[in-house]
Amino acid sequence: MATTPADGALPLLLPDEALARARAGNSYWKNVWERLREDKVTIAVTLVLLAIILLAVFAPLVVWHDPLVGSAFTRLKPIGTERHWLGTDEVGRDLWARMVYGGRLSLLCGVLPVFLALLAGGSLGILAGFTGGFLNSAIMRSMDVLYAFPSILLAIAICGILGSGLGNTILALTVTFIPPMVRISESVTAQVRSLDFVEAARASGSRTLPLLRYHVLNNVLGPILVFAASLISISMILAAGLSFLGLGATPPHPEWGLMLNNLRPAIWVAPMTAALPGVMIFLTSMSFNLMSDGLRQAMDVRL
Amino acid sequence: MWVYALRRLLYAIPILLGVSLVVFSLIRLAPGDAADLLIPPEAPKEVAAAFRARFGLDQPLHVQYVKWLRQVLSGYLGVSVVSNRAVAGDLFNALGNTVVLAVPAALLGFTLGVGLGALSAFNRGTNLDKVFSATAITGVSLPHYWMGIVLVAVFSVVLNALPAQGMGPPGLPKTWEQLRHLILPVVTLSLIPMGVVSRLVRASVLEILSHEFVGALQAKGLWRRRVLFHIMKNAAPSVLAVMGLQFGYLLGGSILVETVYNWPGSGGLMNLAIFRRDVPTLSATILVIAAIFVLINVLVDVLQAVIDPRIRR
Repeated sequence: MATTPADGALPLLLPDEALARARAGNSYWKNVWERLREDKVTIAVTLVLLAIILLAVFAPLVVWHDPLVGSAFTRLKPIGTERHWLGTDEVGRDLWARMVYGGRLSLLCGVLPVFLALLAGGSLGILAGFTGGFLNSAIMRSMDVLYAFPSILLAIAICGILGSGLGNTILALTVTFIPPMVRISESVTAQVRSLDFVEAARASGSRTLPLLRYHVLNNVLGPILVFAASLISISMILAAGLSFLGLGATPPHPEWGLMLNNLRPAIWVAPMTAALPGVMIFLTSMSFNLMSDGLRQAMDVRL
Repeated sequence: MWVYALRRLLYAIPILLGVSLVVFSLIRLAPGDAADLLIPPEAPKEVAAAFRARFGLDQPLHVQYVKWLRQVLSGYLGVSVVSNRAVAGDLFNALGNTVVLAVPAALLGFTLGVGLGALSAFNRGTNLDKVFSATAITGVSLPHYWMGIVLVAVFSVVLNALPAQGMGPPGLPKTWEQLRHLILPVVTLSLIPMGVVSRLVRASVLEILSHEFVGALQAKGLWRRRVLFHIMKNAAPSVLAVMGLQFGYLLGGSILVETVYNWPGSGGLMNLAIFRRDVPTLSATILVIAAIFVLINVLVDVLQAVIDPRIRR
């Protein structure tokens, strides 16, 4: 069995259990769904993520303070203060409001680059893996060049040179995630391309585009999506990190990394308050990690 | 073997050229050039034009690139627009300080990672496995810059046991005073390699355990320790590859942790350069770290081939 768990590429051969389920009339995706339903950890973290996302989306409904307005009289109130149940930050702004609104930017900066890299890197990789030959070499060798930069370094280099701001952060992270995306899609596509059913489809007269659409895409999309999901956690940490360095979101807008940076001096007087934004970054990235682990396991037909 | 090593080394040349091209384009993408930065906007246009002519900024891009590349190859990395000193000196000092952090962090992270990963694989499904796997996933999910702040809060603010900032007396750490400064940043930096390596080791060992040869080795009555050796040797190539990558990240990516601890390393240098808009320092740092990263990867490839002869083909 050709398996390379390190690449994130999934094995393509069906063992007995999956065969049995297939004979019972279950489709692959139905099997995946059934396995996911039995996995308590994945369900729990998916609920946590859902809660964080819903809070961010419906922020105005759950928050009763303006996240941008503070008062010198309410600076650094501790957790559990009346009217400010999560306390207030270094300029007296309500921390609950800022955490909830901060989720908007933090989630956007974490998820959007991975999505864009999935579109760009995924199509480049499938193209390279499906065509092979010169195009493959051209694409993969230029990715080798981008691979020569440690990922954080590349993101910081782009942000540092283009200047700070959300747009540049998203651009920098997208560029950073394209090479790994291309590599995974290329290797999965090349594996599928050499399988018998693709050969059979070609032999029975299928043209390139339908072949790509029905036979290749359907089989490579799963592993590629799982890999993309595993990148979201890194992307969240890096995006918040760039803001922490002052390269991402700009004050006074709430963003978890930026809040962490602003509250850093307060660690001496209000350590619990100062640690809160980091807890949110940790919770979100951990949940994305566990969710992508769960997905990977559910989609791994070996189990 | 040597042929393979040579081939890998030769392949690094086009990669390095590509890297230089990327860095050069980044410099050119920066809004404004050195003339905009150094000459006040109210100065007559001729002054700026004369400046550009003197430093070749008015020439076509490919001419500038070749000129720049020639300088870099001869070891000249430019002059900082802030301090007016040669970048090379500051950069190599800073890189030295970063290595002082990266090596112990890598050793700690890799040792813990291999240990935890292998133990959880051999005890799959037990509580031990669950605890170790949870530790590993925490390592990769923690924003390490936040962990740094928390560690400072606990060990420097509350317990007052360890220094919060800086590296103490410069130079290779020999005295207790210098070592004390290392502890917190090294622990912080080792978290990610620990998590990544441990997860990979667990996955690889489990994959290898499912092969028939493991059963065959046990069936012929080999000692547990010998079987373990065979399993580890099979897992080594992919683990080594990831260790190489992680070490490279430690060299180049410690900017966040170095910022938290005010460590005077390459990350700290880059952070300063970004905020002073010191493009020569920034680009030289990126170029040198990327070059080191490429060489580390070549080294790892060769090491992999030493362990696994199938790779040499």
